[in-house]
Amino acid sequence: MADVKYTNEHEWIRVDGDVGTIGITNYAQEQLGDVVFVDVPQVGRNVTKGESIAVVESVKAASDIFAPVSGEIVEANGALTDSPGDVNAEPMGKGWFFKIRLSNKSELVGLMDEAAYNTFVKGLG
Amino acid sequence: MSTFTGNKALQIEEPLIFEMGQAGRCAVDLPEPPKVKDRLNGLRRAGEIGLPGLSEPQVVQHYTRLSQKNYAIDMGVYPLGSCTMKHNPRLNEKVARLPGIGDLHPLQPQSTVQGALELIDQLAHWLKTLTGMPAVAMSPAAGAHGEMCGMMTIAAALEARGERAQRKTVLAPESAHGTNPATAASLGFTVKPIPANERGRVDLAALKAALGPDVAAIMLTNPNTCGLFENEIIDIAQAVHDAGAYFYCDGANFNAIVGRVRPGDLGVDCMHINLHKTFSTPHGGGGPGAGPVVLSAALAPHAPYPWVVRDGEKWRIAEDGSTVTGAPIGRLKAFHGQTGMFTRALAYIMSHGADGLKQVAEDAVLSANYIMAALKDVMTPAFDGPCMHEALFDDGFLKDTGVSTLDFAKAMIDEGYHPMTMYFPLVVHGALLIEPTESQAKEDLDLFIAALRSLAERAKSGAEAEAFKAAPRFAPRRRLDETLAARKPVLRWRPSNTFKQAAE
Amino acid sequence: MRYLPLTDVDRRDMLARIGAKSVDELFRDVPQSARLGAKVAGLPDHQGELEVERAFQAFAAKNVSPAVAPFFIGAGAYRHHVPATVDYMIQRGEFLTSYTPYQPEITQGTLQYLFEFQTQVTLLTGMEVANASMYDGSTGAAEAVLMANRVTRRHKALISGGLHPHYRGVIQTAARWEGFSAQVGTPDVDGLEDLIAGIDKETSCVVMQNPSFFGHVRDFAKLADACHAAGALLIVVVTEVVSLGLIKPPGEMGADIVVCEGQSIGNGLGFGGPYVGLFATKEKYMRQMPGRLVGETVDADGKRGFVLTLSTREQHIRREKATSNICTNAGLCALAFTVHLTLLGEAGLRRLAELNHAKASQLADLLAAVPGVKVLNQSFFNEFTVRLPKPAAPVVEALASKRILAGVPVSRLIPDDPAVANLLLLAATETATDAGMAPLVAGLKEVL
Repeated sequence: MADVKYTNEHEWIRVDGDVGTIGITNYAQEQLGDVVFVDVPQVGRNVTKGESIAVVESVKAASDIFAPVSGEIVEANGALTDSPGDVNAEPMGKGWFFKIRLSNKSELVGLMDEAAYNTFVKGLG
Repeated sequence: MSTFTGNKALQIEEPLIFEMGQAGRCAVDLPEPPKVKDRLNGLRRAGEIGLPGLSEPQVVQHYTRLSQKNYAIDMGVYPLGSCTMKHNPRLNEKVARLPGIGDLHPLQPQSTVQGALELIDQLAHWLKTLTGMPAVAMSPAAGAHGEMCGMMTIAAALEARGERAQRKTVLAPESAHGTNPATAASLGFTVKPIPANERGRVDLAALKAALGPDVAAIMLTNPNTCGLFENEIIDIAQAVHDAGAYFYCDGANFNAIVGRVRPGDLGVDCMHINLHKTFSTPHGGGGPGAGPVVLSAALAPHAPYPWVVRDGEKWRIAEDGSTVTGAPIGRLKAFHGQTGMFTRALAYIMSHGADGLKQVAEDAVLSANYIMAALKDVMTPAFDGPCMHEALFDDGFLKDTGVSTLDFAKAMIDEGYHPMTMYFPLVVHGALLIEPTESQAKEDLDLFIAALRSLAERAKSGAEAEAFKAAPRFAPRRRLDETLAARKPVLRWRPSNTFKQAAE
Repeated sequence: MRYLPLTDVDRRDMLARIGAKSVDELFRDVPQSARLGAKVAGLPDHQGELEVERAFQAFAAKNVSPAVAPFFIGAGAYRHHVPATVDYMIQRGEFLTSYTPYQPEITQGTLQYLFEFQTQVTLLTGMEVANASMYDGSTGAAEAVLMANRVTRRHKALISGGLHPHYRGVIQTAARWEGFSAQVGTPDVDGLEDLIAGIDKETSCVVMQNPSFFGHVRDFAKLADACHAAGALLIVVVTEVVSLGLIKPPGEMGADIVVCEGQSIGNGLGFGGPYVGLFATKEKYMRQMPGRLVGETVDADGKRGFVLTLSTREQHIRREKATSNICTNAGLCALAFTVHLTLLGEAGLRRLAELNHAKASQLADLLAAVPGVKVLNQSFFNEFTVRLPKPAAPVVEALASKRILAGVPVSRLIPDDPAVANLLLLAATETATDAGMAPLVAGLKEVL
């Protein structure tokens, strides 16, 4: 079972081998409301941890998505162009944004596990 | 209960002009053009443009029926906080259309437009005197454009001091209107937020801690977007200047203090003035506006051209870098500025005079406080104490009712009112910002207050959430699907659009 | 005072309800040193309508209205006849005194006419999508360059020497303070400028005008191809929107962004403003567009309706990451444009454009016959450039003192350039008459 980690910007990353799938959490999609558009990064682009690499737009807000780890973008979720609502319906599943080939697995160490993330969200009130 | 046409008495279901037109119809009679040889370099337009043909009666009916779907100041209280929806006098419209004023070309020889230049100069004189500032840039076309102008003059002043590269930070409260950080960012500044204290004003200690040699400017609105006057503003200005930075003031809320307080006395370096707010030029469904910027002596040399300059009893326009003294930032717009709005604003200003303008600010502040006093027991004021020209509530009074600020606002529509500003400023949860202006009779304020009391009480009963969520029921349209509009944008009519009006 | 409904009795009652003794108490947060105590000094008191009207009539009396003089001034703003219907429709209170349509249920009037306006703009320009208007053509042009910079991630704009000097100035000001570079060509007096040579792989966009500032009508399809090959965008500016009734539209020649000044349709000269900017582009760039957008949708009952959409690009949501800081569109000026264009329709616009071209052709022929005057244009729509045997500015002043408004000396907009000192820009619209052209010709003969 692939391990899922979380950032305090409400992104999740599920790593399988050295490729991580990234999306936003259920809390994030609830805050945003109906997602209308996701601007995903180009395949082949090299990104650094913390870099702003995507934008998710709802009717009332637009949020930047930051790379939780460094690496190369190997796949972007093209289905989101026609069904941005997938992000609301299954934020941890078919609503994924893109996949990264990690260049530095040690960057995962600083991220939260599920329990820590749930505590973090509770604290936001 | 439906009708054959889908109409409901005076509310007519109106098609698009593209669904009404027919070839062979034209609402203008133009003479037959004489046949001349084309001098179009062989680029005569071929094929149809696709514009529909209508007759004049149809055009008048179409736009009249559309107009009947709009709420407007002319219909009643329009309580949009920060927008100053005051009465738009028709005298303004009359003078703007006078031959010799409304029909002048901006590039006529200057000797043939001395009256127009005098008009602009007179408005400039009023704006400078009312604000206590020595100079004014007249050309910005709207408030946001004025912000751009003001911040550019600050960038220019820093450059002249050799400090542009070092001073990259602009401080702005989190309650600031979105145009403030957007403007600063587009000029290459990084925006840092300044926190507010529990009284809703700028935290002076936090501001002083944030000031340093890297700060270019502070951008403040005063009264602020919570409707509160920054009582420590002179200390704020002093601290900003001591740190070598400039003070930009967003003049959107000038209506609260016009004629009673001069921003120049508060230490501001520049302030844009929304002529379409404080000075009654019509909002026109979203524009046009005008945003002249008053400037301190330090920033005046950097004002964009053109400059209208008085030489005794003659006026001239200095239109480019070679004819102005100083170090202008450049040109912000073609021609001279929104003269049509200058004319309207000057007519309003002359009609009110210094005594009338002072009364405007007092009545605006009085009306907002009246509303606050009358509603504070059923709704939740965001801050204690008097407000200025707008009353800010948060959604505390709606807690656990199942009714949101949005639902509350939509229910106001059925009561015959345009909703107040909602969800702004961002620093207050579920904000409801009410600005009545000085233009409403007390009886109309009393009815408005009574309607809001009724809505608040119904919401708090806890039994009406469904009714609120279904509002509005009586408007020309029910709630519209904004998600669909953003997911599948349809931004123009096409012959192939499959949507057809539901006739019954 | 006629605009202030509150009486002294009202004010007293309201203060009592508030629990304040005087209105001064409500201003207690104003620092002592800034309290004026009285009204602002040095300004007159209120006046009645009669006095205010007289003051404006006095201003008007010091101006020479185009209505009373032979008139041939263009250079980016054009005198056209606006049908009476337009002014009456825009003065309906529901349009004049309404606000931005943020509550769509009660502003379908504004939203629908803006949707129709957006459609009209795409049809005129031959483009796929248009916004609900910009302040004017010049600020629209600067926003177009900023958009091209965003789309291409490059920072170098190439500006044609045929672009209106004021538009060039606005772009240069944006470049200087917003951090990109704008390369400007020399004035393209003869219409033969080669912009292709200036494009490289750092160019974000090329900005050109058609018809150019000097009046030339050009085919720029090859320029569009060269831009695209280099990964740059072609921005085409049209300052006389009536020309689109007769000339191949920029969308059919490969433009990526089209910016027009819409003043000619529905909006009078107004001594320079307010005007209305048209902004159109390709669908793939839709989300990069500045300004407001109106989109179609349905309401809770399934009825078609319109809303502002894609607002997350805008400053009130995106704040420092917005596509632009713009908050307003041209509102009522866009309404005037759309009402006038609806009155004209397909047949009316084409005929209006033909009339303009015919008048300008007639004027060009008359002027070509004046000794010493050379018409420089092979092609034009309703405006062209002539070379006089002496500097044009004093000639225009001399004619003005005879109450003839004889065009714009190019040196007014391009000062300090001896190459253009003798050039005069003249426009003739459908409002030009034989009775106006004759004195111009006679006057020129006398003055030259």
